Amino acid sequence: MPANEDRIKKVSIIISKGSLEGVYPGLIMANGARMEGIDANVFFTFFGLDAIVKKRMKKLKVATVGNPAMHIPSLIGILPGMSALATIMMKREMEKLDIPPVDEFIEMIHDAGAKLYACKATVDMFHLKREDFCDEVDDIITVGQFYEVSAGAQIIFT
Amino acid sequence: MPVKDFNGKQVQVDDEGYLVNQADWDEELAKAIAKEEGIEELTEAHWKVIHFMRKEYQEKGTAPSIRRLKNTGGIPVKELYNLFPGGPAKKAAKIAGLPKPQGCV
Repeated sequence: MPANEDRIKKVSIIISKGSLEGVYPGLIMANGARMEGIDANVFFTFFGLDAIVKKRMKKLKVATVGNPAMHIPSLIGILPGMSALATIMMKREMEKLDIPPVDEFIEMIHDAGAKLYACKATVDMFHLKREDFCDEVDDIITVGQFYEVSAGAQIIFT
Repeated sequence: MPVKDFNGKQVQVDDEGYLVNQADWDEELAKAIAKEEGIEELTEAHWKVIHFMRKEYQEKGTAPSIRRLKNTGGIPVKELYNLFPGGPAKKAAKIAGLPKPQGCV
């Protein structure tokens, strides 16, 4: 255990990608922070917003193209149904580890006391409104406000 | 292994204070560990969490995740964080006399 003054006390996690594998690392880190008693803010920006948009949050998919670590050629990855198949497989493995679906995870992270924010610039760019987002979202804030709420925090970009 | 004294009872704990021998645990010991963790009094709601955790551990060999406490144990996440401030899964496991939870969620 690190000495008390060296312990991380607050994190601000930025989620900028909208694929399943792009969203989960940030969610797991945010939830893990709260489990350790660390304050957590989560800032959703660009395609990461899909994780908190009511219509989309349950439908995030694994990207099967342009990712060499998928170990399938991109030409196969573009075939219809490949992304859906990879998504089903990943979700099944996550369920085994008790990792919740995105909507349930967002609710848990919110109930654990983390703050969830949508990036104003992207919200405007995508023409989204407050009612497009799930109830757990605390606010739509500018990058300046994000830095304000992040005072004293470690900032993690995903 | 360090030995710790709780109200005159000597018990073995690991480096982070988790019980080494399950058999040492009883409700009096739980109250003493809770005090050390900053929880002055264990209420009915605390006991519900503690007993559910112990039951799960005995059946499965691992302490339940927060999600399992919510979905199977019927303990809302908000309540869990209020009952055991500053890290509910770890704190509740310690008070329940279980090893430190190993999962990431």
